[in-house]
Amino acid sequence: MIEYRSVAKTFPDGTEAVHDFSLVLPSRSTTVLVGSSGCGKTTLLRMVNRMVDPSSGQVLIDDADVASRNPVELRRSIGYVMQHSGLLPHRKVVDNVATPLRLGGVGRRDARSRALAALETVGLDPTLADRYPGQLSGGQQQRVGVARGLVADPNVLLMDEPFGAVDPIVRAELQQELLHLQRDLGKTIVFVTHDIEEAFLLGDQVVILRKGGEIAQVGTPAQILADPADEFVRSFVGLDRGRRTLRIQEVDGKRVVVDADGRAAGVLA
Amino acid sequence: MSGISEGISWLTDSAHWHGDDGFPHRIAQHLGYTSLTVVIASAIAIPLGLWIGHTGRLRGLAIALTGALRALPTLGLLTLVVIWRGIGLTPPIVALVVLAIPPLLAGAYAGLESVDRATIDAARAIGMNEWQVLGKVEVPLALPLIIGGLRAAVLQVVATATVAAYIGLGGLGRYLIDGLAVRDYPQMVAGSIVIVVLALVLDGIFAVVQRALSIQR
Ligand SMILES: Nc1ncnc2c1ncn2[C@@H]1O[C@H](COP(=O)(O)OP(=O)(O)O)[C@@H](O)[C@H]1O
Ligand SMILES: [Mg+2]
Repeated sequence: MIEYRSVAKTFPDGTEAVHDFSLVLPSRSTTVLVGSSGCGKTTLLRMVNRMVDPSSGQVLIDDADVASRNPVELRRSIGYVMQHSGLLPHRKVVDNVATPLRLGGVGRRDARSRALAALETVGLDPTLADRYPGQLSGGQQQRVGVARGLVADPNVLLMDEPFGAVDPIVRAELQQELLHLQRDLGKTIVFVTHDIEEAFLLGDQVVILRKGGEIAQVGTPAQILADPADEFVRSFVGLDRGRRTLRIQEVDGKRVVVDADGRAAGVLA
Repeated sequence: MSGISEGISWLTDSAHWHGDDGFPHRIAQHLGYTSLTVVIASAIAIPLGLWIGHTGRLRGLAIALTGALRALPTLGLLTLVVIWRGIGLTPPIVALVVLAIPPLLAGAYAGLESVDRATIDAARAIGMNEWQVLGKVEVPLALPLIIGGLRAAVLQVVATATVAAYIGLGGLGRYLIDGLAVRDYPQMVAGSIVIVVLALVLDGIFAVVQRALSIQR
């Protein structure tokens, strides 16, 4: 379990990125922080592994304040996947994936075989292992990033818009694979995105944020859709547009679900 | 033109290829001054440049220092150190070290600055400590520029190490000083040719090294 207790962050230049944020993120589930650019998502995410230290308040993992942990040790115990993969361009793919293990003191050969296994887990062709990141497509690089985040088998996985820079088809593929992986692995995932569709797809718990890391609403996707807290949320999740307001139409004796514009969304089972 | 051909016959005269005045010995001395200088200058400038590049601190000082050192005339500095410390190996080495520091310093800090911030941030985020970020990420990625600084420093020092001969030391500068003293122009031309060839060979070696480094990724 991860818990934020009244955290705030003002950067040295005076920018108040997070005003006063409290939240509990249950273990072995995915919490998605969603909000528009600059609302403080990355800042909140990076407080978990002490890449950012809060100006006030606490972040706890399993009831222990992360501030009491050595930052380097803490980061090694937490997986981190970021946009643009963050791979080391001068290291081969397999060595990139093995890096967290090597940092944790795992021997070279052991680290390599575990890295190869992690590449397989994320569905990457093993022949790519000895390439350099620059020789891979954007989608493949993101897979490598996920493999690196998972390789040391951390309990907590932080993901900062990991699929934000790949084309929609590859993104959909990566999202599905993450869902499958999470079904098997049961990590505590903190996932940041600005895409509400992605948030609803991946999140067990979805946190909609306003500027300054202010929580507009927390809930399951269904709860948020059923009972949006205010106009901001209604608009953010698209309830003010026709696509989310579905109704049933009888066609040839079957019940078809259509949106407000009459576009078919599916059939009722 | 005859000056050049006379120089070449002086150069190819087997009498000039052995003994203390011979080319092998003078080249060895010249390379000795060069390597001593570059080793000392690197020991000062590269750690300093890496520190500035890694921390982002004192960058202004580095730029000012680099500019100031570049403006110092080597011969004038040599004379000053001779007055201060007397004749010996110290004055030319000090003068040459001062010459070699700016390109080395600039190569090191500019090299580190050229590394993508996102890559460094990612390295930290997956649990590298500051030394690991420096040694496993910043330096390897900055290496082409660091080597570039080394290349520039070596070339300048090879060309300028002739000043050692002004104060009675050896090296290839001897052919210029000794030749000038007795108006033996072929000897001077021969000495110049060897210096130029030496510089070109060293430059070629660095070019190959830099190429090998860039092919690696
Ligand atoms: N290191 C920093 N120094 C100063 N301001 C920052 C820094 N990092 C982020 N900010 C500012 O804090 C706010 C929140 O940023 P961020 O958490 O990155 O938002 P998001 O990830 O939601 O786009 C933005 O206004 C951003 O410009
Ligand atoms: Mg962000």
